[in-house]
Amino acid sequence: MIDQILAARESALTRLAAATGSDDVRALELEVLGKKGSLTDLKAGLGRLATTEEKKDAGRALNEATTAVSGALAARLGEFRRAERAVQLEIERLDLTEVVRKPSRGHAHPVTQAWQRLEDVFIGLGFQVAEGPEVETDWYNFEALNMPANHPARSMHDTFYVDHGVPGSTVLRTHTSPVQIRVMQTIPPPIYMVMPGRVFRNETTDATHLAVFHQIEGLVIDRGITLADLAGTIESFTKAFFGDGFTSRLRPSYFPFTEPSAEFDIRTPKGDWLELGGCGMVHPNVLRAGGIDPEEFSGFAFGFGIDRMAKERHSINDVREMYTNDIRFLEQF
Amino acid sequence: MRIVHSMLKDLVAIGDDFDAIADIITNVGLAVEDIHHVGGTVAGVITAKVLRTERHADAAKVHRVFVDAGDGVERHVWCGAFNMQPGDIIPLATPGTVMPDGRAIEPKPILGISSDGMLCSARELDMGDDHSGILILPVDTPLGVPYGEALGLEKEVVYDIDVLRNRPDAYGHLGVARDVAAKFGISVTPAPVLPAAQAPVRSATVELVDGDRCPRFTSIVLSGVKVGPSPDWIARRLTASGMRPINNVVDVSNYVMLETNQPNHAYDFDTLGGGGFRVRLARDGETMITLDDSERTLTADDLLICDATDRPIGIAAIMGGQNTEISDTTTAIALETAWFEPAAIMRSVVRMGLRTEASARFERGMDTHGIERSTARFVELLRLTCPDLVVNEGAVDARAPQLPVPPVLRVRSARVGALLGTPFSAEQIRTLIEPIGFVCTTVGDDLDVLVPTWRPDCTGEVDIIEEVARLHGYDLLGKTVPKSTVPGGLSGVQQRRRRLRDVLLGLGLTEAMPHPFLTAGELEKAGLPAESVRLVNPLVVGDDMLRTSLRPGLLKAIAFNESHRRSGVALFEIGHVYPPSTDVLPAEYEALGIVIAGADAPAAVAVWRELAAAMGWGARLDQSNVPAGLHPARSATLSLGKDTIGAVGEVHPDAAEAFDVTERLAVLELNLSVLLANEPKPAAWKPTSRFPSSDLDLAFVLPDSVTAEKLDKAIRQATGNLLVDLTLFDVYRGTGLPEGTRSLAYRLRLQSLERTLTDDDVAAVRAKVEAATKKMGAVLRG
Repeated sequence: MIDQILAARESALTRLAAATGSDDVRALELEVLGKKGSLTDLKAGLGRLATTEEKKDAGRALNEATTAVSGALAARLGEFRRAERAVQLEIERLDLTEVVRKPSRGHAHPVTQAWQRLEDVFIGLGFQVAEGPEVETDWYNFEALNMPANHPARSMHDTFYVDHGVPGSTVLRTHTSPVQIRVMQTIPPPIYMVMPGRVFRNETTDATHLAVFHQIEGLVIDRGITLADLAGTIESFTKAFFGDGFTSRLRPSYFPFTEPSAEFDIRTPKGDWLELGGCGMVHPNVLRAGGIDPEEFSGFAFGFGIDRMAKERHSINDVREMYTNDIRFLEQF
Repeated sequence: MRIVHSMLKDLVAIGDDFDAIADIITNVGLAVEDIHHVGGTVAGVITAKVLRTERHADAAKVHRVFVDAGDGVERHVWCGAFNMQPGDIIPLATPGTVMPDGRAIEPKPILGISSDGMLCSARELDMGDDHSGILILPVDTPLGVPYGEALGLEKEVVYDIDVLRNRPDAYGHLGVARDVAAKFGISVTPAPVLPAAQAPVRSATVELVDGDRCPRFTSIVLSGVKVGPSPDWIARRLTASGMRPINNVVDVSNYVMLETNQPNHAYDFDTLGGGGFRVRLARDGETMITLDDSERTLTADDLLICDATDRPIGIAAIMGGQNTEISDTTTAIALETAWFEPAAIMRSVVRMGLRTEASARFERGMDTHGIERSTARFVELLRLTCPDLVVNEGAVDARAPQLPVPPVLRVRSARVGALLGTPFSAEQIRTLIEPIGFVCTTVGDDLDVLVPTWRPDCTGEVDIIEEVARLHGYDLLGKTVPKSTVPGGLSGVQQRRRRLRDVLLGLGLTEAMPHPFLTAGELEKAGLPAESVRLVNPLVVGDDMLRTSLRPGLLKAIAFNESHRRSGVALFEIGHVYPPSTDVLPAEYEALGIVIAGADAPAAVAVWRELAAAMGWGARLDQSNVPAGLHPARSATLSLGKDTIGAVGEVHPDAAEAFDVTERLAVLELNLSVLLANEPKPAAWKPTSRFPSSDLDLAFVLPDSVTAEKLDKAIRQATGNLLVDLTLFDVYRGTGLPEGTRSLAYRLRLQSLERTLTDDDVAAVRAKVEAATKKMGAVLRG
């Protein structure tokens, strides 16, 4: 019996060596270890052996044979599977630059992107964000901002008048500053607010001017706010938005709604100065119009164009390009 | 404003470091935008004498000129002008010279014969308009020297200054000089003294009829006038300032205005009717012919200068009349120098659309006491060309009580420090502002500050604080950061708007920003009501309607892209619309508009559902209520309670056609002012089952009159919480189905949180669904 076992084991291992694929291995497994397999048959014959000793010896031999064969089968099957998978994988080889379908992502307008980046920088500096209507009353757009009727500074604004209510009472806001007044009327100080939005100027458009464009404006009102605080806030913004190598300066200027007033310029790391926007200490008359006592609180305001930020970030040579709604333009950003 | 360096230098002894001076002017708040160098000599152009000229047989348009540039060497030049004679001295641009127009002179040969440079006309040297021939220089001009040196030409440097609205004084050189002098710590040149008046009395009388509009009017008669050309330097400085020299009287008048800022007007005294002035308001419809040869029709709000016979001779502060213009034969002038009420002048300027150098100054507000300096300077300068000039006795200084008196302002030094962030003592403040004319009186720690008459802009304490900051230097006030005591961040609406935009972008929609103004035709083309709020003064005629919908703008954008061979474009816009209202302001609100080219209504509904799910929105879809301009059978109104909050469907083919779009256009419009206003409840967690799910596919035949949404709802109600997903996967109309019906195939995914569902469970669901849907006329197939 032991000879038979050894022979069966030898035969199985010899045939396994000759196997050419995983199917051969599985067939052999069935022939040797299956229900009617050669080693299975021999196991059934164990009971017919005469002595316990014989049974014991044959049993051990059979166990060894079974373990050896099944181990060899499993090892060989693994080899074949790996080889066959490798072949299959190679068959599946693709050139990954043969891309037929394009993922269709939508594109946020470059002005929106600039708008949100500006908001985010100011939020980081502790500001909230306020908004207001684009069609405004003359009072909010001019009068409350220290520009009563016939104020000469009104001619600095080329205003679109709206045919609504009493003639001359309604305008398209020429700046985001009316939101300052609306904020002051609704929120008691301390106020740390930026006000982005669409504004309108009745002037002929060219590569750097639009009749409809976007501004962001900042307003801080608290106890003890100074012109130095304004300069420091502009400086913090400059570094946060443009980068560490940038600095800023204030230059005297004039706006009816601030006093002292200033222009603020930023200095690029190359040393060029760029005019960015206007700013100043909120004029006492403006604080009063907003219902705030100028003896108790002081504040500053600043503002500049959003469109220009987008134009310069993307090296767009003409602001009008941004409003063509040409998908070939929009998809670039 | 063009500030001429040499004129500034007459007023304040500064050097010639133009860039440094420009920096100082900029830092005191009068931004120098540009520095121009005007006139002067062109380097490389020297004087030479014509020796002889010679024609060349083959050259018709040019001849050969032989010149001597002082070194005895005969040089040959081709020249196209023939106005020179042997012996004439002319300017020779030597090879290598770069002409003012940028042209470089090269020894360019003609007919194989080279040219040793170019002879120049006056225009070529930027010395005027004359290009009729070569500039012939005076006979005694030395040879071989730069022509500018030979002619005594001086270069003028001009600072182009952006004068701020609150600095009316800085329209004159004197105003700029005061600031510059203060910065340099020196004084402005004192005003010249008006020579003593001489007999006889020749008085131009003044009658102020409407004195509130002209509270000060002075007249002085100057005789011994001889009209002729101005001295070169006056003509040159006027040219550099952008004014054209005319004659000595007009030039002095202009020069004095540019220097002192005070406009004045010189009348021919002998043509002044009644020998005097009468200042009164015009009558409605009254006309006069101004110096520019136009007939002006006036209103009762315009102020006139009339002669003593009441004949209009000038529109006050704006422009003189033709009838009393200075002529070559004028020998005596009546000089008017006045102060007019600025706001009224501005009204007249706007009404007439006529802004002059004089009116620009008057409307901003003049010095009430600048007249003395201006008059003295006028006489001083006119004397240069009229040595016999006589200041006649009988000058008039007519005043009305409305002449403004400058205020005295209390300036608290504590307040100055509190606003600027740097402490200033009263003494420091005084030291800063007295040099520019503010007169300070100490009151304890504070000051009473008398505003100079030329600074009408200063009306409050804060105006003086700005002067302190300006003269101290903004750069020296430091930079500090205030501590924000409020939490920074976006509001709820703003956060939700950002989330919405992110979802839109994720859905593959691209953001457009169309123009918010529309023409009447565009609303009509889009099938939208024509009622809209209009602009009174549009930039482009007809482009005057404030949009009531984002749709026309998006349709234009789609049309533009389609016409550029980009079909299937999917655009959205988040922007304001402005429907009319009877309230204080139009009923402005924020809207979302989406137009997807090449997509149908269900695609639009799918976008709506995706947005609604992402944003926590809900709305009723009402197909019986077709929004204006949309496809009548493929559109619906979205409403929330009683309010319409949007529209969904397809653009009406008529509208698409009107915008030249051929594609089908899915559309979704939402009122974001409503939808973003409320914070939706955060999505509540629903547990996911650990047990296997079973799918049940059911197809229903349903009359067209019943919406899929209703069937949906019935299925959901019937299955209760066993239903975890319901998907409509097929819609079929046609053969095999009764007329007016369609088949809707749904997959129901069923799952229990407690156990594995049995076949019986599934069968029970099926039976319930069948029973529930039967009631609405649905027939379960198969």
